[in-house]
Amino acid sequence: MEPILFNGLTIATDEGGYLKDAKQWSPDLAVKIAASLRIDLTEKHFQLIHWLREKYTEGVPLTIRKVANSGIVDIKQFYQLFPGGPLKNAARIAGIPKPVSCI
Amino acid sequence: MNDILEKKDEVIIPQLEQLEKKGRITKMMIICSKGTLENVYAALVLANGALMEGIQADMFFTFFGLQAITKAHADHLHTATVGNPAFMPGMPTILGGLPGFESFASFMMKKEMEKLDMPHVSEFVQMIDAAGGEIYACKLAADMFKLKKEDFLPEVKDIITVGDMYTLAEGEGTHFIFI
Repeated sequence: MEPILFNGLTIATDEGGYLKDAKQWSPDLAVKIAASLRIDLTEKHFQLIHWLREKYTEGVPLTIRKVANSGIVDIKQFYQLFPGGPLKNAARIAGIPKPVSCI
Repeated sequence: MNDILEKKDEVIIPQLEQLEKKGRITKMMIICSKGTLENVYAALVLANGALMEGIQADMFFTFFGLQAITKAHADHLHTATVGNPAFMPGMPTILGGLPGFESFASFMMKKEMEKLDMPHVSEFVQMIDAAGGEIYACKLAADMFKLKKEDFLPEVKDIITVGDMYTLAEGEGTHFIFI
């Protein structure tokens, strides 16, 4: 996909719209990516985004079940916060690679 | 800079529209007629996987598949060790029939699944329900096995006829999977 031009930075994304370099992420960028997915970010979204980034840094493979055990949201809330594919959209907004989990 | 980013928005949205035109799957109806561990998990993974992709998914359990959504058996399903040549290839069939062998094999399989963070059947059903997937039992099979609404897991929405199931599947872009 075409790179995102944001605050003077050129941010490369892969064909699925995931950032190629998670370090280029910023909360402001998250708001913009979320807007393109028609999601308005709230405090709850950000709590989860930071948690996802933390787990990604630790090298933990992400699953819906792990998110549900994060203590931040349950499965129902997760689907409500990130409609249309929660794990993928949350990963896009959090600036981390596409989750490869089947569960 | 925001103007340039807005352009990216325009890039994303037409692509999504193109997907719709290509006949994107919008709904899955997963029918599970088997009660063996691996078949039930296949059905659950397919339903949950669809929901994770933003695809609506409903499940219809029938015949032996009904066991998978009963309170009594959901978390005690077994894998077939007889009549399943892909299970430990080379193993003589007669071994698979020894008392306790099937339980042991099923226990080992569940242990491996746990390592992959796969939930138990009842938890998997809860996950699908929480994700908006609806779970139904087949009326004809429920009558045959003398199962009532209270015998099923609380997430089982209703006992319905095959006709009701087709009504649920109505709409463009619905795909069926039969297991």
